[in-house]
Amino acid sequence: MVAAPKFDQVKVGDTLKPIVLPPISRHQLALYCGGSGDHNPIHVDLDFAKKFGFKDVFAHGMLSMGFLGRLVTSYAPRDRIRKLGTRFTSITWVGDVITLSGKVTGKREENGEKLIDLEVKCTNQNGQDTLQGHATVAAA
Amino acid sequence: MQLDKKVIGHEFKAFTTTVEAGKVKLFCKAIGEEDPIYADEAAAKAAGYSALPVPPTFLQAITNDDPEKGGLLRLLNVDIGLILHGEQHYDYFAPVHVGDKITCQQKVTDMYDKKGGALWFVVSETSLKNQAGKLVAKGTGITVVRNPDAAKK
Repeated sequence: MVAAPKFDQVKVGDTLKPIVLPPISRHQLALYCGGSGDHNPIHVDLDFAKKFGFKDVFAHGMLSMGFLGRLVTSYAPRDRIRKLGTRFTSITWVGDVITLSGKVTGKREENGEKLIDLEVKCTNQNGQDTLQGHATVAAA
Repeated sequence: MQLDKKVIGHEFKAFTTTVEAGKVKLFCKAIGEEDPIYADEAAAKAAGYSALPVPPTFLQAITNDDPEKGGLLRLLNVDIGLILHGEQHYDYFAPVHVGDKITCQQKVTDMYDKKGGALWFVVSETSLKNQAGKLVAKGTGITVVRNPDAAKK
């Protein structure tokens, strides 16, 4: 169980422990289709994806955002997450190996809470960011 | 294809859904989340939660429980194969647990185009309130619509 980061000990520039994920599989996309309720066939039906001009099915952006959620909750407990947001900057294909990374970009106090701002991202095996996100967590 | 900015301000019909343990479990499996706090009540209680919490982006599964899902596509009159997710942001105000009844209300807040109309960006906000009427979270999403006509020009 992760402990809440201590505000006084956190420094801007601190990095989160990166997580390297197994390659994205078609099976995972099927699970996410059912698990998230996003039934857009473009993520699971190759015929449909080709019809709309894609070479293959590709991962739901929100699957990768779920990975960012895992990264942030590996840094601070679930009940301390105040914000999580992202831009989806490029497509994640089947077989891609995604690395999750993050760093502290700011510390501030708001509404009596000590907050830590994070930059978090997903990067593929070619070094290209697929998600560029941010998060805010409440420190102890 | 021409999207109509008149949809800005449109409010979709609110709906209420119950957060189910089985759905949270499948969601965790899909994203590779193995923390027992999401599946084991004893682990959740030991970690200080009153009931099973949900992963941060499980809110998507809640908002996708809309019995009239696909409302944005119907409103815009675009095919699901033409949309991409541009951005998603969540603000968390209070915990969401298994067993909670969450009422979701989505509205279109902005719309603009880029690349000479080749891409449209539709911004929508969804408020999530629990059974006590408390605002637990807000989701802000940007849906990107690829204009099939733009490529033909």
